[in-house]
Amino acid sequence: MKIIVGLGTCGIAAGAEETYRELLGKLGDANGRIALEKTGCIGMCYREPLVEVRRDDGRCEHYGNVTKDRVARLLDEVVQNGEAIDDWLVWTSDRTGSETAYLDRQQRIVLRNCGTINPEKIEDYLAAGGYDALKKVLSDADPEAVINLVIESGLRGRGGAGFLTGMKWRFTRLAQGDRKFVICNADEGDPGAFMDRSVLEGDPHAVLEGMAIAGFAIGANDGYIYVRAEYPKAIERLTIAIAEAEERGLLGTNILGTGFDFHVKLKEGAGAFVCGEETALIASIEGKRGMPRVRPPFPATKGLWENPTNINNVETFANVPWIVAHGPEAYNCLGTRNSKGTKVFAMAGKIRRGGLVEVPMGISIAEIVHEICGGIKDDKKFKAVQLGGPSGGCIPAELQDTLIDYESINKTGAIMGSGGLVVMDETTCMVDVARFFLDFTQRESCGKCTFCRVGTKRMLEVLTRITESEGREGDIELLERLADLVKNNSLCGLGQTAPNPVLTTIKYFRSEYEAHINNKKCPAHSCQALLTYTITDACNGCMVCGRACPSGAITGEKKQMHVIDQSKCIQCDECYRACRFHAIERV
Amino acid sequence: MSSHRKYDFKHLHYVGQDGKLIPELQRAQEEDGYIKPEKIREIHERYGIPLSHIFGVATFYSQFRLDPVGKNIIRVCHGTACHVAGAKEITRSLEDILEIKSGGTTEDRLFTLETVSCLGCCSLAPVIMINDDTYGNLKPGDLKKIIKDYRKREAAEVAQK
Repeated sequence: MKIIVGLGTCGIAAGAEETYRELLGKLGDANGRIALEKTGCIGMCYREPLVEVRRDDGRCEHYGNVTKDRVARLLDEVVQNGEAIDDWLVWTSDRTGSETAYLDRQQRIVLRNCGTINPEKIEDYLAAGGYDALKKVLSDADPEAVINLVIESGLRGRGGAGFLTGMKWRFTRLAQGDRKFVICNADEGDPGAFMDRSVLEGDPHAVLEGMAIAGFAIGANDGYIYVRAEYPKAIERLTIAIAEAEERGLLGTNILGTGFDFHVKLKEGAGAFVCGEETALIASIEGKRGMPRVRPPFPATKGLWENPTNINNVETFANVPWIVAHGPEAYNCLGTRNSKGTKVFAMAGKIRRGGLVEVPMGISIAEIVHEICGGIKDDKKFKAVQLGGPSGGCIPAELQDTLIDYESINKTGAIMGSGGLVVMDETTCMVDVARFFLDFTQRESCGKCTFCRVGTKRMLEVLTRITESEGREGDIELLERLADLVKNNSLCGLGQTAPNPVLTTIKYFRSEYEAHINNKKCPAHSCQALLTYTITDACNGCMVCGRACPSGAITGEKKQMHVIDQSKCIQCDECYRACRFHAIERV
Repeated sequence: MSSHRKYDFKHLHYVGQDGKLIPELQRAQEEDGYIKPEKIREIHERYGIPLSHIFGVATFYSQFRLDPVGKNIIRVCHGTACHVAGAKEITRSLEDILEIKSGGTTEDRLFTLETVSCLGCCSLAPVIMINDDTYGNLKPGDLKKIIKDYRKREAAEVAQK
């Protein structure tokens, strides 16, 4: 019997390491009979820590929320007595458990091994058919055929832009240069996206294998993984994976005796969102400030140290070994006409089940939100999804039947982006969301282009004053004009897409902007400066709010209902937070 | 002067040298918690990279700090999911508890409070990280206890000494 604990970052944050240690301690005397293993994230972040019990007959049971104090009962009932604890059960190999709907609708290609293998053991990856694709490619020794196969599969870059991966490889292969590079972009900076982290933590070898295949196809012998320093666990597991692969001759010099060399090095990013842009990323590897440059020349012809360079994202590389192993038809039969295969989404926000889902392209937003992720938390009303991070946009609930493919998403004004999908409910203020993203892009603008540097700042100022009850007539039009200028006068994707969150929220939620500006009201009751605080008759006169109020706006006798003097109220929220009887109302 | 002349960008950063500057800065920061001016000078002398270039890189990336920080670094995630789940209130409560503004360090140099764009644990929002430990699904009310625990631990360490 095997007991497997999910030790991704989200699991660890939920206490999985304590669970693991507890199991290790308690299993001490049973060792040999029961093996304790680690694995990455299976994607059910909302039920972490997750523990899988794999029985000798092949059946397995996944238990959710197994914190340290639940370990004893788990060992007692599940391991000793061989029973199942139904209340904790999230998924079993017999397709029962509370979260079956979450996993059943998914089609896991990128996440094929995440949450099932131990990412720190190459044996596990090999047992799951790992490195077979690389072996096949090397023994066939036909780089052109590999490129054709990837083109035929229809795989498009999963980092956001959606360029055909095989074409990108071909350009780099055809480019003149004695030295070529493969770079894996793991600088996942979009707030709200964590699929790359999960893949690197859960299945690092898949990315390495994908990179080696790319290296062979384009004629490169060096690979770099540019990974965020904020992902210590991913860096740790990649380091282990590279060492293991080199030890077995699957990376490094003369791979599998075929004469093909491929060395992979890790580069830690230093915290700059703009480095997700390929030319900025290259500058950063070269030890410079991460600022984008004019393209062309594209990195495929002049990239790292002016050599032809192919850059793909983590998810793209993780797809490659599967495509090579299963053939392009198995991949391009999934999805829509122009968007093939699957896409991983990082689901977060106001939904019941947040985590990673991998679905075939062509599924609708509604299916993901309601059927897979269980709908909106606390029975609130579904308002919008934000797709594509700071470069993307908000798609309103009315358009929830929009199909997930590159073209359909672009039509709404959002972009597929890397696949962060944040769900918003009626309590989310869309003006505030736009302000939030502009605050982000404004800070992360590298400053090279004036319109991006100054324009985003001006837009942020306008948005801030709208949310602080100082919006003026004409502000919406001003935002639209600035957005247009920033979009058309910036060099890289950051500036060209920075206005998207503003433009889409104006397009679909204009009335919310107008309510803020004209009526000085926030329909979602979220912008503090636009709230009115009143005391309801739930007040029992405990006087706590009066003491908390810094402006002396609350008066009332002990055990009598209190009142707020609106002329003195500064909307600081202190009374609301202090009241233990929910007697303060914000409207 | 002479070191400037030695500086040959292409040669220095070519394969094998691996763009040493950022890793060197990262190492300097790991050793001292921030980048000391002496370290910048050292890098300049060792590699011949102009001081202005080093300073430019050190100030460009948000990871690098040029000022000393507290013993424990509290990073409040302000990613999208955390934002809609109330990251603002988390920062505000921490500011109240620690009596510093975000970006500041407490007088006893025990805590530095920062905000970060995204820690990638969106389904546990709102999230904070103290050093390498992550705390998820927080409410502003939970923070007092967390901070108190760190203070207690520190007091115990001091007492032991």
